[in-house]
Amino acid sequence: MAGNLQLTPEGKLKHFLTIEGLDKSLLTEILDMAESFAGMSDQQVKKVPILRGKTIVNLFFENSTRTRTTFELAAKRLSADVLSINIATSATSKGESLLDTIRNLEAMFVDMFVVRHALSGAAHFIAQQAAPHIGVINAGDGQHAHPTQAMLDMFTIRRIKKDFAPLKVAIIGDILHSRVARSEIIALNTLGAAEVRVIAPKTLLPAYVETLGVKVFHDLKNGLNDVDVVMMLRLQKERMSSALLPSESEYFKCFGLTGDKLKYAKPDAIVMHPGPINRGVEIDSKVADGPQSVILQQVSNGIAVRMAVMAMVMHPHGVSV
Amino acid sequence: MNKIQITGGRLVDPTNGIDRTGGVYIADGKILSVAARPDGFDADFTLDAAGQIVCPGFIDLSARLREPGQSRKGTFKSETRAAASAGFTTLCLQPDTVPVIDTPAVAELVRELAEKAGYPQIHPIAALTQKLDGTELSSMLSLQRAGCIAVGHANRPVKNLLILRRAMEYAASHDLLLMFRPNDFWLGNNGCAHEGVLATRYGLPSIPEAAETIALAQCLELAELTGCRVHFGQLSCKRSVLKIRQARNDGLRVTADVAMHQLHLTENDMIPFDSAYHVLPPLRTEADRQYLRTGLAAGTIDAIVSDHQPHDLDAKLGAFPETEPGISALETVLPLLLKLADDGALTLSEGIAALTSKPAQILGLGRGALTPGLQADVCIFDPASVWTIDEANWKSQGVNTPFWGQTMKGRVTHTLQAGRLIHSPA
Repeated sequence: MAGNLQLTPEGKLKHFLTIEGLDKSLLTEILDMAESFAGMSDQQVKKVPILRGKTIVNLFFENSTRTRTTFELAAKRLSADVLSINIATSATSKGESLLDTIRNLEAMFVDMFVVRHALSGAAHFIAQQAAPHIGVINAGDGQHAHPTQAMLDMFTIRRIKKDFAPLKVAIIGDILHSRVARSEIIALNTLGAAEVRVIAPKTLLPAYVETLGVKVFHDLKNGLNDVDVVMMLRLQKERMSSALLPSESEYFKCFGLTGDKLKYAKPDAIVMHPGPINRGVEIDSKVADGPQSVILQQVSNGIAVRMAVMAMVMHPHGVSV
Repeated sequence: MNKIQITGGRLVDPTNGIDRTGGVYIADGKILSVAARPDGFDADFTLDAAGQIVCPGFIDLSARLREPGQSRKGTFKSETRAAASAGFTTLCLQPDTVPVIDTPAVAELVRELAEKAGYPQIHPIAALTQKLDGTELSSMLSLQRAGCIAVGHANRPVKNLLILRRAMEYAASHDLLLMFRPNDFWLGNNGCAHEGVLATRYGLPSIPEAAETIALAQCLELAELTGCRVHFGQLSCKRSVLKIRQARNDGLRVTADVAMHQLHLTENDMIPFDSAYHVLPPLRTEADRQYLRTGLAAGTIDAIVSDHQPHDLDAKLGAFPETEPGISALETVLPLLLKLADDGALTLSEGIAALTSKPAQILGLGRGALTPGLQADVCIFDPASVWTIDEANWKSQGVNTPFWGQTMKGRVTHTLQAGRLIHSPA
């Protein structure tokens, strides 16, 4: 349903809410478009006029520095006017409903909302309620989806590994609460990765996780065996105290990625992490900063991918870069 | 003397084993005779029910009318109008009103509001604990004397099993019926969807079946310990039905019901993030739905309820987890009942029993049948009438139903409550 909501009758992006329902060709189009933006970072003038005259509102109901900043940079490089609203001090904290916030911003003639919200389905709800000319991009909703993060990870993988077909990918950590994991799994399966694995204790895995199209492992070494891509997830420290895990040290011992454990993966395996990193909790610093880590490339690629998505949503009939 | 005759309809009365064409003769609010016209009966009013089904008025064991306290969602006037138009002649009101039904004064207020709405057969369920906060027992006996038909705790948690035990002991000592919706608050973990494939895919906080079955098992143990009569409400999964069956085999005095929508919808029917499908207990699996139907046909589940919960628009406008659970359900009960019969899940007579005689037995009410001498609560419906669920046909103030816009078959034409016509074609 979300898939239908986010596509025009011609099958182009109207909103970008989830990877679900998008086919391989559309995901590839996003990656190709991002590729055309990727070189811009090296240019003296890091700007194109694709969204000149458009107003984009970053509506972050939940804290995020990395995602908000890259969205903001992406919008500015497309020459859009950007407004980032600090929700903590906005009208919603005075009791205004989500819908009223949207209606008020609509009345200010904005063109796009980039939404992050703590509840699953929030971006979907905003897309349903917003005026027809407004595009909505999901920058993470609850435990549901984080599609631009998934696409920037796909972009990073494609740049390094070229082809998804032979790849075995392991996603490690808090799958249960991770919107990133859900979007990554769907994206990898849509793009035809050979195998997607999840590695976590049962407390951090949702029921019926295998129905998402993954193989389940509770042992890091077995799960890492022969994989091409290792995706670490942030382990929210606050969850340590809610009977999900006994302690940081035990988690690190069992599921923390160290140089020794990484050896079970293929020698040329890449290590990814959506950030922010908890060093010594889910990943050892030597690995995070090591030669196989592509964590900072992910951050850089985030700008190009978000530019691509914004451009495609605002110009569903095509963009010439 | 007010005399009414209903003629030419197909009479379906499970209690008396009637399923044949005939008349119903009513005098002074009571059934005088069924099938045979009494000698010298001179009707003041005749209802021609040719081509229609005449059955006892429906009895709902679980409804919210939103008054007192939340009239923006529904009022006694609007919701009893909806109930009458749907063939319901008796409603049990859950105690989670504002304020909760935990004092005789609130119970009396409910009775007054019911009288004022012209629909006196609303039976409040008393709160088991004060303010439904799960810690202090309510004045159950006083509440019973003020007109409460049973005690219950709506969807709220009781603080611990000792308090539940004490409450059940106290209820048992006055032979009060406990109407209990089994749900372990902690295992429910503030979820909004069944812990299954859909919740996993869409990242919705989820509620496992165990939240229901563990609470059910605990309450069954306490029922055995305390001797309290318990009616388990709104079961949603197969394992609950199995537990009830076992308890009955063990000789426990327990009964159970299921909400009509649980017999039709599963998690697979949910349109992702559509708050119309946000219900508690959540929509579960196809296997659960099938087993609920089987349990109903086998009599393990006694009754069907509407679990009517009208909401205002704002309550359902938002991200799915933050919307309020519940369906405005009274008006879809009959068409969904007929669909159950069409599907072969149970006979029409069994379905009508689950909405009439069986809930009457659970409550100890002398209603739910077309027996001479009983008050004339009658529902007349056209099983072939096709209608669309939309503004033009809807009576409830709450339009929160996943069936909105759908075309259904089966429409109530007349409802009589104690011989008084409370619904008829406009």
